[in-house]
Amino acid sequence: MNREKKFVLKDFLVSNALIIILVILAGVATWKNPNFVSLNNIRNMGINIGPRFLIALGVSGCLITRGTDLSAGRMVGLGACIAGTLLQSSTYSQKFFPNLGDMNVFAVLLIAVVICGVFGLMNGLVVAYLKVPPFIATLGVQTIVYGVCLVYTGAVPLGGYRRDYTVVATTSILGIPLFVLIAVVVGLLMWFLYNKTRHGKYMYAIGGNENAAEVSGVNVQRTLIKIYALAAMLYACGGFLIGAKAGGANVNTGFGYELEAIASCTIGGVSTTGGIGRVSGILIGVMVFEILKSSLQFLGVDTSYQYIVQGCVIIIAVALDLRKYLAKK
Amino acid sequence: MSEYRLELRSVSKSFPGVQALDDVSLLVKPGTVHALMGENGAGKSTLMKCLFGIYSMDSGEVYLNGQKAVIANPLAALHQGIAMVHQELQPIPDRSIAENIFCGRYPTKGVGPFQWTDDKAMNEEAQKWLGEVHLNVDARQKLSTLSISQMQSVEIAKAVSAGAQVVIMDEPSSSLTQTEVEEMFRIIDELRQKGVSIIYISHRMDEILRISDEVTIMRDGKYVGTWDSEELTTDLIISRMVGRDLTNIYPPKDNLPGEVILTAQGVTSIHPKSFRDVSFELRRGEILGFAGLVGAQRTELMEAIFGVRGIASGTVTMNGKQLHVRRPADAIQNKMGLITEDRRNTGIFGVLPVRDNAAIASLNAYRDFGFVLNDAKINQVAEQSIARLNIKTPDLKTRIMSLSGGNQQKVIIARWLANNPDVLIMDEPTRGIDVGAKYEIYQIMLNLAKEGKAIIMISSEMAELLGVADRIAVMCEGRLTGILSREEATQESIMQLATKFMGGEAV
Repeated sequence: MNREKKFVLKDFLVSNALIIILVILAGVATWKNPNFVSLNNIRNMGINIGPRFLIALGVSGCLITRGTDLSAGRMVGLGACIAGTLLQSSTYSQKFFPNLGDMNVFAVLLIAVVICGVFGLMNGLVVAYLKVPPFIATLGVQTIVYGVCLVYTGAVPLGGYRRDYTVVATTSILGIPLFVLIAVVVGLLMWFLYNKTRHGKYMYAIGGNENAAEVSGVNVQRTLIKIYALAAMLYACGGFLIGAKAGGANVNTGFGYELEAIASCTIGGVSTTGGIGRVSGILIGVMVFEILKSSLQFLGVDTSYQYIVQGCVIIIAVALDLRKYLAKK
Repeated sequence: MSEYRLELRSVSKSFPGVQALDDVSLLVKPGTVHALMGENGAGKSTLMKCLFGIYSMDSGEVYLNGQKAVIANPLAALHQGIAMVHQELQPIPDRSIAENIFCGRYPTKGVGPFQWTDDKAMNEEAQKWLGEVHLNVDARQKLSTLSISQMQSVEIAKAVSAGAQVVIMDEPSSSLTQTEVEEMFRIIDELRQKGVSIIYISHRMDEILRISDEVTIMRDGKYVGTWDSEELTTDLIISRMVGRDLTNIYPPKDNLPGEVILTAQGVTSIHPKSFRDVSFELRRGEILGFAGLVGAQRTELMEAIFGVRGIASGTVTMNGKQLHVRRPADAIQNKMGLITEDRRNTGIFGVLPVRDNAAIASLNAYRDFGFVLNDAKINQVAEQSIARLNIKTPDLKTRIMSLSGGNQQKVIIARWLANNPDVLIMDEPTRGIDVGAKYEIYQIMLNLAKEGKAIIMISSEMAELLGVADRIAVMCEGRLTGILSREEATQESIMQLATKFMGGEAV
């Protein structure tokens, strides 16, 4: 009886180690600086989590089908730059398109989504039809997208945004930041897509066993293309939001976000061997990252050290997560 | 010194839901060829994997030359003089033959901790061993330039060069031509004379009786006995392998074939060495067996009809309408189903729950408003299948990989039944399934036939074809060599057709 209990406790520790570490870290941060749990900081974390969650959701489909998407970060940058060039204030002296009138904010979002979607389509086509491994295919597209962004902006940093664009980042409804609400809505839509539609079932099936999926009548190529295109559209949305919050963008916006998104997914239990991954897990993965960053900040840890800690957390989290599965073998 | 080179005593091994080995023993004398026989699923491969350290045994002991041995992994097995020659045991095709032979034990030179590989010594040494197995190729050549039989010789060279005293050969002849088999037998004979013990696993009775000195027979994971080959005949081996009245392992045949539902006419592969000019008819309520040796292209033919592979010419007609199947989805739409040969690689979605495994091919039927999947409907259909096919699973959410082979197979049958197909192609439907579950699968097949469905059954177990099929089509090297009625079909008549183009020699 006693032994059994002990065993369960150990199991509990292993399967929840990350959450426990995080709670401790947040506890210490709160103890050192009670402002960590202030409404302001929580709102702030929520605003940071929003766009990152969208990006991670995009990557998750690629990961679940045993692929990956290295172009995510550059697409975020492209999305942010497209939005930036089209939504500058008419009074801004360095306006990118001086003669451009005020475009509708939603129309601009749509343009960014469509353009990134085209590059996502390219990812999908290359992966599905040319059978180039996703790592390489999206590496190529990553470079292309970066080049396109350079050509388009001429490497000029963008600023002077219109208020009706930046307000997206500062608006709250009933005290909840709009970013958080957007993340919730997109999260619910993705949950629905993953769990309640054929597309979702096909995605898990391809990740579980691509050959068997083919034999079962799944149109593997079409499903993959949809996944990569949808991912790119989500990156564009993420870039749009990040631009609004920063009040500016440049060709390096979004740099490295793909790695953070992949890490968040993996921490959130998306299996690198395919077929496994839940929207709720991805949300937890993104939150872990944000809470970690924020608590390190509140503990006064130098930004440079934060990278080292983040790297360690990725490795530890995945190693612990794998233990759960390895033990079951 | 012990009388035996290798002793396996009281080995037991269980997997979830299956007792794969139950108190099995195997005693191999030095310098002999010891055949290990049993039906598919009797536990031969499991026993060899235990010996080779791929599986850990639950209980049992291993003695080598009378000394107790502990074999934790394949490397340990090699170090103790046990080697395995296996077609599926993949070598490294893009490296040289020499590197394949010396993989894991490259000769090195250098001082102290500064060691580098000695390619010259390795190549010379490898060339010598290639000579031992009469392989006249350059050791520096890439392995992938060799034929399968030559690769097998390389594996043998690797085994003997490592000083193996026991060489396990698992179905070594299954993809070899008659001449290549003769060559292999010559090598085996030389090894035997050098005192090497060989454990030989094969289904081909004639080979076993020719090459082996002793035969150990297993059945359902249990040890049946060991005999001198000289006192055995094909019939004796079969009756000991099957161990019961042959008529009892198949359900009574009470299906009645009806009108023709599917016609294949001159179907030819896009690959020159695959199937060609195959024509046959399939009737409602019929189980049409497909027999042939490995390489007969039966699987390729069926996968092509189902749209997994390409067809260059020929037509497939179903219900009087010509089919244009380009991908499996087209075949499914035409009410066909395919249960593939390789369950793990092309059948199950291991990490997904039983429910999703059963529903994946019929998701179109569970939609509300055109795109929302109705979970209640999916669950209902899955539960019906579980009850109807007697699938043993804790619940619908259990990952399919934790079920036994027989239950996995039933889930895949359920996947296709959910589509209510008219034609169900079953490729080796009882492979890797224990005997009890086999009977259930046969019963399911007969029940489906009685409902008027047409079934194509590919099987490498002749007894199974004779027991279940209404007619047996036989293929040899990509061509259909004949279709035998139930009355005409015997082991001999099938073998004759299956080897029709193989050096003219009927076995």
